[in-house]
Amino acid sequence: MQEPLPQAAPGPIVRAEDVHKRFGANEVLRGINLSVDPGKTVVLIGPSGSGKTTFLRCINHLEKIHQGRIYVGGHLVGYRLDNGRMVEDSERNVAAKRARIGMVFQRFNLFPHLTALENIIEAPTQVKGLPKAQAVEIARDLLRKVGLEAKADHYPRQLSGGQQQRVAIARALAMDPMVMLFDEATSALDPELVGEVLKVMEDLARDGMSMVVVTHEMGFARDVADHVVFMDGGVVVEEGSPTQVFANPQHERTQDFLRRIL
Amino acid sequence: MGFDWGFIVTHFFDQALIEGAEMTIFLSLVAQVAGVLLGLLAALMRLSKNPIFNIISGFYIWLFRGTPLLVQLVVFATGLYQIGIKLDLLPAALLALSLNEGAYMAEIVRAGIESIDPGQMEAAKSLGMTTGTGMRRIVLPQAARVILPPLGNEFNNMLKSTSLASVISIKELLTKAGDLNHLYFKTLETFAIISCYYLAMTTVAALLQSWAESRLGDRRSRETAVPFWQRLRTNLLSAGRAR
Repeated sequence: MQEPLPQAAPGPIVRAEDVHKRFGANEVLRGINLSVDPGKTVVLIGPSGSGKTTFLRCINHLEKIHQGRIYVGGHLVGYRLDNGRMVEDSERNVAAKRARIGMVFQRFNLFPHLTALENIIEAPTQVKGLPKAQAVEIARDLLRKVGLEAKADHYPRQLSGGQQQRVAIARALAMDPMVMLFDEATSALDPELVGEVLKVMEDLARDGMSMVVVTHEMGFARDVADHVVFMDGGVVVEEGSPTQVFANPQHERTQDFLRRIL
Repeated sequence: MGFDWGFIVTHFFDQALIEGAEMTIFLSLVAQVAGVLLGLLAALMRLSKNPIFNIISGFYIWLFRGTPLLVQLVVFATGLYQIGIKLDLLPAALLALSLNEGAYMAEIVRAGIESIDPGQMEAAKSLGMTTGTGMRRIVLPQAARVILPPLGNEFNNMLKSTSLASVISIKELLTKAGDLNHLYFKTLETFAIISCYYLAMTTVAALLQSWAESRLGDRRSRETAVPFWQRLRTNLLSAGRAR
């Protein structure tokens, strides 16, 4: 079909080294170092504009980086090394790497012309070349997992925001990702629908999925994260276990942020 | 003098007019299909990151939208001959009509693609699709709903614009009507008849368009589907573009 999908090598599932990213003259990431161990949930918190979302989008190469390295499952994403220099990788290679990095967007980004089930089987059939029957079987399992088996034939617009986001999670899971990236997955939801999506994310974390989560839900960070990273101004200011970061923040900026948000 | 109703009755289905209508339909269908394909290609080139594609596509659209179709027809039929490119009249007409239509379709397709939330392509890419697969499977099917109404408008125009091919002696409906007029000197009657032909063709086109639109719409959501007759009314009454 196309490039064989990458397999995870031993070691951290995501490893970022000195990642820099600019939008024009504005440097939004100024040397990010971060490591996510397999099966762990890392939550990125920080004020708006701190670079959390941008960093997340760099992990699957939706954004280019200007310096540093990002490895997923031991592989560079979006780049290959040419005599030690990073050069943009071919589109096919980038696509193959992304196929095993799940991403959930703030605005869901479901495909409106496809039903919930069709949304989920689209990538497995088109990218992996899975037979349709097999993809449907996987999709139904995933819909059950997110509590939406009854909504398989509904179009996105017939679903609530929370239901749409759960379908979007199932869609990403259908590609058997090495890691799941959540970009403020509950920020666009009505308050009463946030819980059902967080519940699905929590179940995933408990099942041992490797996750990088950008969120403003401090309760989720405290209860579910294995590791909390506080970012501000394009750098990691402080990181540690939820207890360390929430109960005993060392940096003034972290203390300030937590005081305002909690 | 007066209006000769008898001529209308005896010559409404004149063999010459029927042949002319067949040619008009042939020209329109071929040029429209080619125009859509050319337009899709030009739109994708225009949207690509490759600056050479951008320039080629931009130049093509600028050239063919900026000059009259009538001039393009004459240039393809006679002008190319002078620089050594020999083209029969029918291919010349088809080429001019297709290239002209492609330039307009390019802008329609581009607008259709640009109307789709960029998040759709991002989601496709995040699932491991290449830009090509994402375009084909995710963006274009959605853009098609946006493109279809102006496409119907284009085809309506096309049916009438083919009459310009009469200046390079293509035996389409207007040419045949002219021939008939030379034979009987019944100008008003002959042109009344071919007006009915053009109306019949544009009405059938509007019917097809309404049917296609309600099919695409229904697939997405039944509850907001506009009734067929309402679409037809809109499609029949929407004004065509003057060229």
